[in-house]
Amino acid sequence: MNKETRRHSAVVRVTHWITVIAFFALLITGIEIVISHPRFYWGETGNVNMQPLFSLHIPSSRDTVPTGYGYVMPDQNGWSRALHFQAAWVLVLTGLVYGISSLVNGHFRKDIVPARGERTGRAYWEVIAKYLRRAPLDEAEALRYNAVQRAAYLVVIFVLFPLVIWTGLALSPAFDAAFPLAVNALGGRQSARTLHFFVSGFLVIFLVVHVTMVYFSGFRSRMRAMITGRAVLPPEVQ
Amino acid sequence: MTNISRRKLITTGLAATAGIGGLAVAARMARRYGLVPPDHCGVYGPGETMNYGVQRLLTRHSLAREFPRSMISKAPFANAVAPPNDLFKRLETNGFADWRLSVDGMVARPGSFSLSDLKSMPMRSQITEVVCEEGWSYVAEWIGTPLSEVLNEVGVLPRARYVAYVSTEKYMWDSLDLDEAHHPQTLLTWGMNDGDLPVGFGGPLRMRVPRQLGYKSVKYITHLTVTDSMKGFGKGLGSVNPEFGYAWYAGI
Repeated sequence: MNKETRRHSAVVRVTHWITVIAFFALLITGIEIVISHPRFYWGETGNVNMQPLFSLHIPSSRDTVPTGYGYVMPDQNGWSRALHFQAAWVLVLTGLVYGISSLVNGHFRKDIVPARGERTGRAYWEVIAKYLRRAPLDEAEALRYNAVQRAAYLVVIFVLFPLVIWTGLALSPAFDAAFPLAVNALGGRQSARTLHFFVSGFLVIFLVVHVTMVYFSGFRSRMRAMITGRAVLPPEVQ
Repeated sequence: MTNISRRKLITTGLAATAGIGGLAVAARMARRYGLVPPDHCGVYGPGETMNYGVQRLLTRHSLAREFPRSMISKAPFANAVAPPNDLFKRLETNGFADWRLSVDGMVARPGSFSLSDLKSMPMRSQITEVVCEEGWSYVAEWIGTPLSEVLNEVGVLPRARYVAYVSTEKYMWDSLDLDEAHHPQTLLTWGMNDGDLPVGFGGPLRMRVPRQLGYKSVKYITHLTVTDSMKGFGKGLGSVNPEFGYAWYAGI
């Protein structure tokens, strides 16, 4: 029988899967909301009487938006907005639990911040080269994150999620009344909306790469580790 | 069972009990301090309550951003409205001289105000942004009578909690809590960009609530009711919007 070892703590696993659910809810409802005005602007104001920065060439759920399509999609904004904010609360509160516990128990320091010997361009390149060669993963990979994974997770946890929350909050007129700098620092309301769209896009790119990497490195064993918390040790280290 | 896992079990149990107890206390406090919106029921009730409660705690007295004159939008956009009814058309032919805003409900002195009555009260002009839930926006100067002036005129009774407002447009009605109703930037608006408020933008009289999304700024206001509960209004959700899935509180 293969030897098993602990891989992911309960906090990491539970917060990971709650985040997955909340993220999908946010993504789907976010797309629905964009469909009601698939035009993006820069600065404070923007509407159909103004030149957009760019438009998505999709039909809209509002007949006031010129899209070039001869039909209007059904309006889904009501439930989409409600679910978007409810999922955002779930995501933020889950993120707080994960963030605080990871600071306290050393998860960030031990597992997420790139290890001391791996903070060189060369170390990152070695991992990437290994991925490109499709070389078999060494035993350590099943037990700890490599340098590229750590860097990616650092960016997602400390850059993309904070940015997507900030740009999203900047779209709330009441929040902006209390904290005008939140929107002014981004260059205005429409800039905040455009940035919210792009940061969400980066999160989707991360998601696609993340799932692809899980697939290539052993879908079953990685899913098992994130669900049960246990990983089977590779034969060499048993 | 080892000591460590027993200790873990006990702490987890204590934490769970404290959590549930904390939630119950929070719910009572929230109700007491007016942090629960009329549309707090249903699947999205928790989210709506969080949005409203937290924003009320953070933003009760803050002012919406005001902009310099140079930022007034050259080509503001107004959503289409339903074709005006006969009453509106009749009032329009007369230059809205007979337009009345009636106020009733939990007030000491129910009354009715003409546009010139409103214009003789202290007025306020502000350059704020109209923000649509769809994503678009524009900046304009809005000139009007603060709703609080009208409320002071009629004398709001102590138990009151909401101000409901009704439009001549079919099915259009909404409400504000008293914080938002007394907020200095909440205007019964009759002027825009140095002129009369155009009909397309809600003239002759429009509610402007710059700390909330555009759909709270209902056009063609003729009637206010001050009340302690939204139960008797429509489906009791505080506004017509929740009946179509849109939140009563539109600060986000």
